[in-house]
Amino acid sequence: MNKIVYFTLLFLILLFLQVFVLNNILFLGYVNPYLYIAFVFLFPLNKNRFLFLLLAFLLGLGLDIFSDSGGIHAFATLFIAYVRLFFIKLYFRKYEADYPFFDIHTESFGKVFNYVVTLTIIHHFILFTFANFSFQNITYVVFNTLFSSVFTLVLYFIATFIFTKKQ
Amino acid sequence: MQQLIYFFQKFKYFLFFLLLQFIALAITFNNLSFQKSKFVNSANAISGGLYSQVANISDYFSLKSENEILLEENTHLRNLLELKNIVSLNKDSAIVDSILYFQKYTFLNANIIKNSYANAFNFLTINKGKNQGLHREMAVVNSKGIIGITDNSTSNYTRVQSILNKNSSINARLKNNRYFGSLKWNGENYNVVQLIDIPRQAPIKVGDTIETGGRSAIFPEGILIGSVIKVNNTSTVNNSIDVKLFNDMSNLGPVYVIKNLHKLELETLENTNNE
Repeated sequence: MNKIVYFTLLFLILLFLQVFVLNNILFLGYVNPYLYIAFVFLFPLNKNRFLFLLLAFLLGLGLDIFSDSGGIHAFATLFIAYVRLFFIKLYFRKYEADYPFFDIHTESFGKVFNYVVTLTIIHHFILFTFANFSFQNITYVVFNTLFSSVFTLVLYFIATFIFTKKQ
Repeated sequence: MQQLIYFFQKFKYFLFFLLLQFIALAITFNNLSFQKSKFVNSANAISGGLYSQVANISDYFSLKSENEILLEENTHLRNLLELKNIVSLNKDSAIVDSILYFQKYTFLNANIIKNSYANAFNFLTINKGKNQGLHREMAVVNSKGIIGITDNSTSNYTRVQSILNKNSSINARLKNNRYFGSLKWNGENYNVVQLIDIPRQAPIKVGDTIETGGRSAIFPEGILIGSVIKVNNTSTVNNSIDVKLFNDMSNLGPVYVIKNLHKLELETLENTNNE
């Protein structure tokens, strides 16, 4: 499939799925999955990172516009988009020469799990810290990060299990 | 010069990242202050339009409960009308048309197309805007109680700062006497707000009704808010009282927007006093 069409569709589908479906789940009153960060995991590695950083920022900003949250989604998403390369080096041992051949679906599950869990927890922690915007309800931030991360990860792994092609 | 170009070459991604993060932070801080976020909010044409499309469909699921609420309100208003008739019989024959001369507020109806209550800073979006005469700082209520204050208007949509917003502060008082304080929210439970700065000598009991105080140019006097569920007996600085809202903020449909016709007059008067 044409990559540009595929990732444009992925961008729009993730944005609207998050805004109109997942933002309304509010399990137990406050636990929400934030599946849209799957875009950061799935976007191919590239030597030129301007497009990727800009797209991550725009995805977050789009979510902020719909959920009236200022710029917190944009901040958190851009942050994990920027630190993504560091964790790819750490977990997968891939360097610049390997970027064109890297595919997250062909890597072993353990490595992918570590990578996705780390980025998800970083993203959710930044997101809820900014959403709370005070030091008063720190326990709320921590619990929300934990529960929402579990929710996001379960959804993400179920989705990858369903949508990856079987060889 | 060579060094400078080399520096930009080496750190171009990091600098780009910093620039975008700075923009995101600026938008975040702008959003926290009332009425400053002009561009990044859900009241624009695209997101407002999409939200109203979705609300068009999802409104059908709450039709039955909305009808019941409407019926309750109609019954209440009819009862009030009946009381009014009895009083007017005993009145003097010189009738002043109070609708024409003493009207202070006008009511507009609108529908909530986007609701949020799980964050610390919550906003709603309603489907009326500048074209329908809405602008900033107007009261938003429904039949059960207050909901918020309008914040930003575009031509067809308006963003409302919910009372479940840490920046919200509304004048409120007890119904059975005239002690007043301000209504805030601590960001924890979406059913419970806090009434602070109420004088310590005020006799407050659990179950007392709280209503709007009419000391602001936004809310009319006497709109219901909630009932007291916890009184703080220890002497703290701001004497905070927990108030349970009559409204279920997670399940809102049609609302009324109240415009104060004397607002400009009130504000000019208050501003001259300050000088």
